[in-house]
Amino acid sequence: MSVNTEFAGRTLPPAGPFAVDAALIAQFAAAVGATDPVHTDAEAARAAGYPDVIAPPTMAVRFEQQSQAAYIEDPDARIDFSRVVHGEQSYTHHRPIVAGDELTGTTTVTSIREAGGHSMITLTTELTDAGSAPVCTAVSTIVVRGGE
Amino acid sequence: MARSRHDVSVGEQIGPVTVPVGRDTLVAYANASGDQNPIHQDEEFARSVGLPDVIAHGMWTMGAASTVVADWVGDAGRVEQFRTRFTSMVVVPRDGAEVEISAAVKGLDDDGRATLHVTATAEGTKVLGRCVAVVRLD
Repeated sequence: MSVNTEFAGRTLPPAGPFAVDAALIAQFAAAVGATDPVHTDAEAARAAGYPDVIAPPTMAVRFEQQSQAAYIEDPDARIDFSRVVHGEQSYTHHRPIVAGDELTGTTTVTSIREAGGHSMITLTTELTDAGSAPVCTAVSTIVVRGGE
Repeated sequence: MARSRHDVSVGEQIGPVTVPVGRDTLVAYANASGDQNPIHQDEEFARSVGLPDVIAHGMWTMGAASTVVADWVGDAGRVEQFRTRFTSMVVVPRDGAEVEISAAVKGLDDDGRATLHVTATAEGTKVLGRCVAVVRLD
């Protein structure tokens, strides 16, 4: 059964809030080899003009993927996760993610395209802070490989 | 300290930087990112779905590339845009692998924003395609 194209254009209910703390930022920074003290040292972060330690540029993925989960896991969406590969990813940061943030993620199924037996699904997630101000716009394209 | 726009010129090369990746790296990344797909940790599972071995999360590779960019800028908060395609996988055997990351300055705006084209290869194969970062210089 192929992916349900009727989901194209739908916006999911907001997910979260996701609490961001210094320990999580330090853990993510270590995992991607980021040694910039703005991730681990609040003083260094403040000296660089941030209110507290900031997340590495791709850490938004953690909150983005949690915001997509309700769609990916919806049986009606008919996405076989064992056949999913990541095709493309982009992040536009309106400001860095900072320790203390409470992020909400709102995902829209931007498009579902069928090509060569595969389905390409583009998802746009807007991460906003507790004051509803934009933090990051994340766009990912996942490819659901067709059955043999 | 962020790099000054006056110290940057179009055509400037960054790297290459060789980044090691082991199975322990992928476990740490899985825990930090929340992506616990077993193809990134479990050799037997990876082979059962037709992969040659455990493969790195594409997003780990993108993250490692962002670190190279951020280190060059001098302030990770200055990486305003970052995008890529995932063109090939990074196979991570039991004794680990290496990803080579480099970048080049392709554009420099009057407002101090630089556009970088980033290259990442593993075993000589490009693993990121059309990988572009926009950074804000001092």
